[in-house]
Amino acid sequence: MTRGGTVSALLALLIALTALVSLLAGRVWLPPVLVWHDLWSPGPHLATLIVTELRLPRAVLALLVGAVLGLSGAVLQGVTRNPLAEPGLLGVSAGAALGAVITIYFGLAAKFAVAAPFAGLCGALAASLLTFALGLGGGTITLILAGAAVSGLAAAGIALALNLAPNPYAADEIMTWLMGSLADRSWIQVNLVLPFILVGGLMLAVTGKSLDALSLGETQARSLGVDLQRLYVLTVFGTALAVGASTAVTGAIGFIGLVAPHLMRPFVGHQPSRVLLPATLAGALLLLCADIATRLIRFGPELKLGVFTSLLGTPFFFWLVVRLRKAAP
Amino acid sequence: MTALAARSVTVSRGGRAILDRVSLAAAGGEFVAVIGPNGAGKSTLLAALAGLLEPTTGHVDLDGEDLRRIPSKTLALRRAYLPQNPRCEWPISVERLVALGLTPILPAIGRLPVAHERRIGEALERCDLLDRRSQAVTTLSGGELARAMLARALVGDPEILIVDEPIAGLDPRHALDAMCRLAAYARSGKLVVASIHDLTLAARYASRIFALASGRTTGDGPTGETLTATLVKDTFDVEACISGDAESRYVDYRSARPSDHPR
Repeated sequence: MTRGGTVSALLALLIALTALVSLLAGRVWLPPVLVWHDLWSPGPHLATLIVTELRLPRAVLALLVGAVLGLSGAVLQGVTRNPLAEPGLLGVSAGAALGAVITIYFGLAAKFAVAAPFAGLCGALAASLLTFALGLGGGTITLILAGAAVSGLAAAGIALALNLAPNPYAADEIMTWLMGSLADRSWIQVNLVLPFILVGGLMLAVTGKSLDALSLGETQARSLGVDLQRLYVLTVFGTALAVGASTAVTGAIGFIGLVAPHLMRPFVGHQPSRVLLPATLAGALLLLCADIATRLIRFGPELKLGVFTSLLGTPFFFWLVVRLRKAAP
Repeated sequence: MTALAARSVTVSRGGRAILDRVSLAAAGGEFVAVIGPNGAGKSTLLAALAGLLEPTTGHVDLDGEDLRRIPSKTLALRRAYLPQNPRCEWPISVERLVALGLTPILPAIGRLPVAHERRIGEALERCDLLDRRSQAVTTLSGGELARAMLARALVGDPEILIVDEPIAGLDPRHALDAMCRLAAYARSGKLVVASIHDLTLAARYASRIFALASGRTTGDGPTGETLTATLVKDTFDVEACISGDAESRYVDYRSARPSDHPR
């Protein structure tokens, strides 16, 4: 087996184990024997309900969202050839957040469970269309600048919604949502995002070969027959679908997409295509672990997942910058 | 026989013609050195010949077929192109870098087929890089990186090799090596087109000289007859003295303006 294959197999094993733990861990620790027994005996049991209706969808969502964040981060770092790139770069996350915030602002989110995710997805798609239209024709740099501009616009929209919030509760609700969480998510949200995550993830997953060629720069990649426009379309809309849908149900979760590829490179090397699968698995594992941690760490109110990943991710970002500074001539 | 031809190619940017009705027809076996001052349009011509830049008017064709009609993957199999100062952005191994030259025929996912491994080995050997195969490209010296990039271009065994300034920034030893390799590749029946600033090396190794100044052709033909003091004066605005012949040809030059002379 190749080194990448071994690493991926190991990650998959860790994911399986962590997923088991996540089904048992929480405010109520469920003894494995009890869960196993209840699962096979007739009649509704509390333990079975907690596992299948609360913790399983939450774990599945954590794995899906973490996986697309890791994958998208690896693809974006490959496209931009910049180790600081992350899924929020194209304005997709900010667009999704704005979409969801608008439904909260108008009170729609409280009336329909799917309103916020649906609007979030629309926001992500609108943001990616705008980024793509603005950055069209130019190279990677133009695309990044377009993403920054769209992110700025969406952030301004969110600030406006907070500013004009009709009452403190609406503002509070928006803030809470923005912090990102997997709490109280159910199969409804999983089913809602699954198709988008699958399609978007597939679009991102097929970019490997083009990303490898792009490590030689845009001109050489084109000379090798790589269609850069196709690569940009796959990257922008794959991220819009996968990360947009994720952000739409979980709120903003930072740093997983930035960190996952970096954690994998020492093991699988720097060739972009070889980082994709391990980064996907690492993203899934990281987010699942982070979610378990937020459930177990208790000081006062529940620690929000997005806040937790940011708290852990920012020092990593510092370390990355320091390392880059050392590597610079 | 490979035949690559630029037919009255004009490339305009912002109303200015970077290339002005330039025609160049070359065939397999030739080593064409494109010479000319900075800003003459050499890189633009090479990019147009490589099919990476669409001419404003005129066209480039390969065996009589317009490059614009040839799918980019098909073209990628037949010609290799190296830009000025090619770089690799990730610290991948030399072997992997060379493998990227096979991008058009690589399987979408999975490992390298054995036949490809052999071709990579041959390309590494041809460019004297066998002992560097697992070293990270970012740790190579300038000369080694240039060799690795050449190996990456040669690995697909292209009919046409287009290289923009292959010896820029190389020391004399590495520059000679690079010119030898390009000349040898041309002798094996392939077409090599390279922009070169070192006139002596161009004179010794290239089979044909194509001179450009301000986007226009100032000379084109076999090296011995074409590379004359008059051509150098017309192209670079310097006084040249060309001595020796073939392998020992030597191009010396000095300023045509008396005020420039060193004391």
